[in-house]
Amino acid sequence: MAVIVRPTPSPRPYPAVVGSFLRARRLVQRNLLVYRHSWMVIFSGFFEPLFYLLGIGYGLGTIVGDVELSDGRLVTYAAFVAPALLAQSTMNGAISETIFNVFFKLNFEKVYDAILVTPLGIGDIALGELMWAMIRATIYAVAFVGVMWVMGLLISPWAVLALPATLFCSLAFCAAGLATSTFLRTVQDFDLPFGLIIMPMFLFSGTFFPIGIYPEPIQWAVQVTPLYHCVELLRGLTTGVVGWSLLVHVAYLGVFGSVAMVIARRRLATKLIK
Amino acid sequence: MTALRVAQRNLWVYRRTWRGSVFGSFLNPLLYLGALGVGLGSFIAAQDTTALGGVGYLQFLGPGLLAAACMQTASFEATFPIMGKISWRHNYEAMLAAPLSVRDLVLGEISWMAVRLTTMALSFMVVLTLFGIPTSPLAVLGIPAAVLTGLAFFAAIMGFTATQKNDSGFAAMFRFVINPLFLFSGTFFPVDRLPDAIEFVAALTPLYHGVGLIRGLVLQTPELANWPIHLAYLVAFTMVAGWLAYRLLHRRLVK
Repeated sequence: MAVIVRPTPSPRPYPAVVGSFLRARRLVQRNLLVYRHSWMVIFSGFFEPLFYLLGIGYGLGTIVGDVELSDGRLVTYAAFVAPALLAQSTMNGAISETIFNVFFKLNFEKVYDAILVTPLGIGDIALGELMWAMIRATIYAVAFVGVMWVMGLLISPWAVLALPATLFCSLAFCAAGLATSTFLRTVQDFDLPFGLIIMPMFLFSGTFFPIGIYPEPIQWAVQVTPLYHCVELLRGLTTGVVGWSLLVHVAYLGVFGSVAMVIARRRLATKLIK
Repeated sequence: MTALRVAQRNLWVYRRTWRGSVFGSFLNPLLYLGALGVGLGSFIAAQDTTALGGVGYLQFLGPGLLAAACMQTASFEATFPIMGKISWRHNYEAMLAAPLSVRDLVLGEISWMAVRLTTMALSFMVVLTLFGIPTSPLAVLGIPAAVLTGLAFFAAIMGFTATQKNDSGFAAMFRFVINPLFLFSGTFFPVDRLPDAIEFVAALTPLYHGVGLIRGLVLQTPELANWPIHLAYLVAFTMVAGWLAYRLLHRRLVK
């Protein structure tokens, strides 16, 4: 009778979280390989906020004129809208990666079912997709901050913190997008998050004008959304309206992202393991 | 008349999928007009509106958005769904095996799109009326004008789709053609605010003429005097594009 000797597991030289990170890295690598054939999708995504900046910021800006910041200074409309479009550009990158791609991988391509046969677990998949989506969102953020710099729209020295700040935005949106995609069942379901959440957020979160013109209840509703906190945080940094309140936005985005990530991980587990 | 069978088939499919179009034809205009028209408009109202031809920003934006929404819906319908029928689900092959010709396919798709655009423009016009935007009874004619604007894009992009092997070209087409048109063809601000060279290009696009025609009809602005130019452009563009779509689809489907 053969005796099966299980190899004694060698003690891990690093904490568990590092192990998960090292495994999740493979998923990022996989996504990079896939995108080598459709880089146009990522590349073209950068132009959407740029066109908005040119069309709305400069074109419509000639009619709107200057806008008053919360500290009473006047800035051009382009300088007012640009940080909001930076937030939106980060959100776009995060969402098109998580909501769309994860949905197809989960339901049609069965990528994760295949991945689970490898040493990667559910947590590694969630972390890997989060990392990759944050990389994509950050690519857009870097490119857009570059555009703002060239166009002279970074009007405060605090703007050097704008890029690190976008990491909190992309964490919040990537995690929220991951969680959302696990709740969608058919392609038609996409209309719900886009029509009822993302589009209204884009239009009403202080993107194009200060939210002060709304009645109070609407202002409260707006202040619950993550995009509002991103816009306020980034606008504060690029225009130099800086105070402790910016840390509130950072904290909100961090907590929002972490909670969404816990939900996403749980939902992925129930979807993938029957 | 056989072309109507193609439209009928689309109607049957649509009876299962119509819910999503509620967003495009009702919710989106409501949100855009509420946020940009009313919200941003309150900023502009404080200043001079002569740049907008003497109308308020909400009035200015409403008809432009109607034209742009028809463009976006028609463009989307001409890409993925048509691609699916050409190469993913092979519906057209099946249809050509029936007593239908490529001409029937093109005419059938266009007439179905006209029906979809009519319902969309109609509900959009209801939203515009809720905001009190139309100032002229001619606004009713804005509905067929909006349908025509949408059809111009539908026909042109259907031809483009017939030349594509897969859907990877669509993202670039939307990002580099449809989106710039949305932002720079007079929907959000008058094109004379653009540099001269870009203004000239903008004036050559179908959306510019659609926006001009619809805005003229809905608000009865002096722009209305140019209606024969806008209308002639849109009709000619749609017919040429439709013919091209027919040629390209024929080349794609009939070996």
